[in-house]
Amino acid sequence: MAGKRFTGTSTYVATDDLMMAVNAAVTLERPILVKGEPGTGKTQLAIEVAQALGKPLYEWHIKSTTKAQQGLYEYDAVARLRDSQLGDERVHHIGNYIVRGKLWDAFESREQPVLLIDEVDKADIEFPNDLLRELDRMEFFVYETKQLVKAVHRPIIVITSNNEKELPDAFLRRCFFHYIKFPDKQTMQRIIDVHFPGLKKSLLTEALNAFYKVRDVPGLKKKPSTSELLDWIKLLLAEDIPPEALRAENSRKAIPPLYGALLKNEQDVHLFEQLVFLDRRSGQQ
Amino acid sequence: MLIPFFSLLRDGGMKTSITEHLTLLEAMKKGLAGQSVDDFYYLSRACLVKDESQLDRFDRIFAAYFKGVEDSLADLFTELPEEWLRRQAELMLSDEERAKIESLGGFDELMQALRERLEEQRERHEGGSKWIGTAGTSPFGAYGYNPEGVRIGQKGSGNRRAVKVWDRREYRNLDDSVELGTRNIKVALRRLRKFAREGAADQLDLEDTIDKTARNAGFLDIRMVPERHNAIKVLLCLDIGGSMDDHVRVCEEVFSAARSEFKHLEYFYFHNFVYESLWKDNRRRHSERLPTLDITHKYGADYKLIFVGDATMSPYEIVYPGGSVEHWNDEPGSVWIRRLLNTYHNAIWLNPEPVGRWDYTPSIKLTRELMEDRMFPLTIAGLDDGIKALH
Repeated sequence: MAGKRFTGTSTYVATDDLMMAVNAAVTLERPILVKGEPGTGKTQLAIEVAQALGKPLYEWHIKSTTKAQQGLYEYDAVARLRDSQLGDERVHHIGNYIVRGKLWDAFESREQPVLLIDEVDKADIEFPNDLLRELDRMEFFVYETKQLVKAVHRPIIVITSNNEKELPDAFLRRCFFHYIKFPDKQTMQRIIDVHFPGLKKSLLTEALNAFYKVRDVPGLKKKPSTSELLDWIKLLLAEDIPPEALRAENSRKAIPPLYGALLKNEQDVHLFEQLVFLDRRSGQQ
Repeated sequence: MLIPFFSLLRDGGMKTSITEHLTLLEAMKKGLAGQSVDDFYYLSRACLVKDESQLDRFDRIFAAYFKGVEDSLADLFTELPEEWLRRQAELMLSDEERAKIESLGGFDELMQALRERLEEQRERHEGGSKWIGTAGTSPFGAYGYNPEGVRIGQKGSGNRRAVKVWDRREYRNLDDSVELGTRNIKVALRRLRKFAREGAADQLDLEDTIDKTARNAGFLDIRMVPERHNAIKVLLCLDIGGSMDDHVRVCEEVFSAARSEFKHLEYFYFHNFVYESLWKDNRRRHSERLPTLDITHKYGADYKLIFVGDATMSPYEIVYPGGSVEHWNDEPGSVWIRRLLNTYHNAIWLNPEPVGRWDYTPSIKLTRELMEDRMFPLTIAGLDDGIKALH
């Protein structure tokens, strides 16, 4: 059995419940479905799990046009047709025109791999249903060559979703599920420590305060999340902004500097500026 | 093993299946949850909960089971949208007032008191005449939680054609997870499917290829076409709150079915009738409204428009400016619905009220006239007819 347990890495802070979900998925060799706000490290999880457990990583990024079959294999009939016209020798073997997908690669991996199926909700409604058997039995049949591809080692499958579409029940039943909660201040502090070791305490506290204040603004279209916070701190460091500048009591400059890194939507920026303006006006009275 | 827990989950409305339960047992057998209750909690959550909207419910059932307090299940189903209240309160309160709340034990304390008050109200005042917020001693009124005549917990007042009602169910987004009974609706909606080829040409067009190759003196000429997609586009406008409370279940079913059936589905909510703005999120209906004109500009005339609502209200709400029960509308609802119908020629209104009652409610008659008779009962048969009318 998998001897190692996932406990986070030097660059990834995993909470207890996340560790449990990942370890359960690893032990029982079942896929884990990860949901959460954008920017909370869903995709990163697979990369870090692979790194922590020392396993190869296969990434399959899903787009709206992705078909389940593309993950298994594709038969390039057009290339074969062309070759037949040109009298190419390869044409006699149909196997030459079978293009392997990510799932096949992962199934034939020599050691147990980690397979990331990223943003599964982007695909067509039928996509998850088309993968049920493959994820359950970890095998599929290549009709063109009458060959059964069976996983040598059942891969650790991490599936991420942004909740754009509902996933079918049958698919969900086969997965473990974890919802990455937005980190509280403590966890956030640990995350920042991991990314910016030696960050000045005063700057960190002020930045976190300002950040959570922005997140609490009601009615934001897209709340800033962990990845935005990390970007912002990077900018603050690059611009050498003193911690005092972040203090909100300084009501004249109540808008945090470089807030463009936190708010990514002009309506949000507008709303935020309006609120700050109102705040300032009531402060003056 | 753990069968009482399992059945409690099912009773509590979770859709946990036997497979998932077996997965949990298997995981426990492998010693994953050996150490502590916390571990078991995390493990069972990862195994049994498959949707974040169910997490809260799971937490409470878990707590109930492990404290042995099984009857606390009763209040799982009546919950206050705390987030909304909190947000509103934060919007409205000044720093000074907030400090005062803190001195009273903080927001949570207040919420608790509010909740208790609600329970009391439900038990003793069937008519619902004691509003939270008006009693001089109530801490809620003192802080102006009642800015727009918000009434809390008004259940069971016979005739609900009244002003600004704020009720528990109202602010909950339609729970589109209702799967029970949606099959039929899905089948009905499926008739609306229309396949069209659009997008990148990535499929071999066999017939055209043969044809072109033959014309090309046998030299291969590959022709490609885009794949067929369900190209139907739907705008769904749902009436929410007030008199629609009676129909919540059937609306949830329609919504659930529509969400999984159409790729291009946009949905909006309105209250009683459409006016100059609609909203997408019931918890933020006051802060995030979308102008109706923007909607007609954004979504082209090829969208099909489906209203779901009982159209039961006072006729003033349709024909007079300022008739809306929620706000002052400069132009009457009838003008707005005509604008929508001018953009979207394929439109129907689905009404959950029984057909027999339609003629006795003036507002339904009025709406039906505005819709040019394209109003259908929200039954499977009615849905079928409606879908036919949409074509």
